[in-house]
Amino acid sequence: MSFINYSAREINCKIVYYGPGLCGKTTNLQFIYRRTNPGQKGKLISLATETERTLFFDFLPLALGDIKGFKIRFHLYTVPGQVFYAASRKLILKGVDGVVFVADSQLERMESNLESFDDLKINLAEQGYVLEKLPFTIQYNKRDLPSIMPVKEMDELINNRNVPWFEAVAVTGKGVFETLKSVAKQVLFELKKHY
Amino acid sequence: MTSSDLVMHEEEFNRIDAELQKLYQQTNAKVVFLVDKNGQLIASSGETRDLDTTSLASLTAGNIAATGGIARLLGEKEFNILFHEGERDNIHISLIGQRIILVIIFDQRSSLGLVRLRVKKASESLGKIFEEITQKAGQDKGEGTLDESLFAEISDEDIDNLFR
Repeated sequence: MSFINYSAREINCKIVYYGPGLCGKTTNLQFIYRRTNPGQKGKLISLATETERTLFFDFLPLALGDIKGFKIRFHLYTVPGQVFYAASRKLILKGVDGVVFVADSQLERMESNLESFDDLKINLAEQGYVLEKLPFTIQYNKRDLPSIMPVKEMDELINNRNVPWFEAVAVTGKGVFETLKSVAKQVLFELKKHY
Repeated sequence: MTSSDLVMHEEEFNRIDAELQKLYQQTNAKVVFLVDKNGQLIASSGETRDLDTTSLASLTAGNIAATGGIARLLGEKEFNILFHEGERDNIHISLIGQRIILVIIFDQRSSLGLVRLRVKKASESLGKIFEEITQKAGQDKGEGTLDESLFAEISDEDIDNLFR
């Protein structure tokens, strides 16, 4: 759900990074935070456990710039990936405008990817959304690790809608901004369609 | 996704702003602000200069979402009022019309009783304004009366420029 404020001349959109535990959602946000000018970002808020696992969500507000005199703000959220935080995950999806699914490329994590992907669809449906109608980008993360699945095979497994996808190494930043840009673009075009 | 988009024009914004100003003065609060349930800050009034209102908005919405989840587990529809008491500052959070969150931060210059009393009154007026906004949004969409020039002219290049 976007918030268009004609008085303050602002457009606010919400993007959620989804994916299995330890796939790199928080790492994506941390890299974006580090590489954005101080004037363009707010605080990166992480509600995490003592072992730095996301407990509720991470939040990063970005003000990327202006389009036609309107300030474009994106609010980036991650969900807690661990299976037993299902109840919290559902809450974060409320009012989402675009989704990034971060998949872990390691062979042994494929099952977790698929499980998380199904979980995403179910939780969206509970909020009244259909994934097929949402701006959606997939990121194949951890491409630098050994024993990873070829992208083509992962794409066949996960990307049945043929949405934009990117290979990434979130710790070094590879593919991080490309992913964000792709989903942001879709969100803005979706707005364009409706207004 | 756009079925529930919140579109606010100058007129409604000014009315909301006026209500918040009034509430701010009546409650003797430090800060009063309105947040959408999805975490977007809508308007604020008071000593906001040293406050990270964007983060506050997102965390407040998270708070309401979490307590809403607890409520449903208990068979309640929602908890309409949350109150956090600190050593210096207190926060009063309440729901308006199931969609908007009203937050009041106050210290010893005010009191919980006063805040609750004033919030009740203000909630009614604010609730009405948001109902009108929702109705108007429906009409806007149907008739295409929105500021078309804004979105119609957004190009690939505009979006690319955001990431430079």
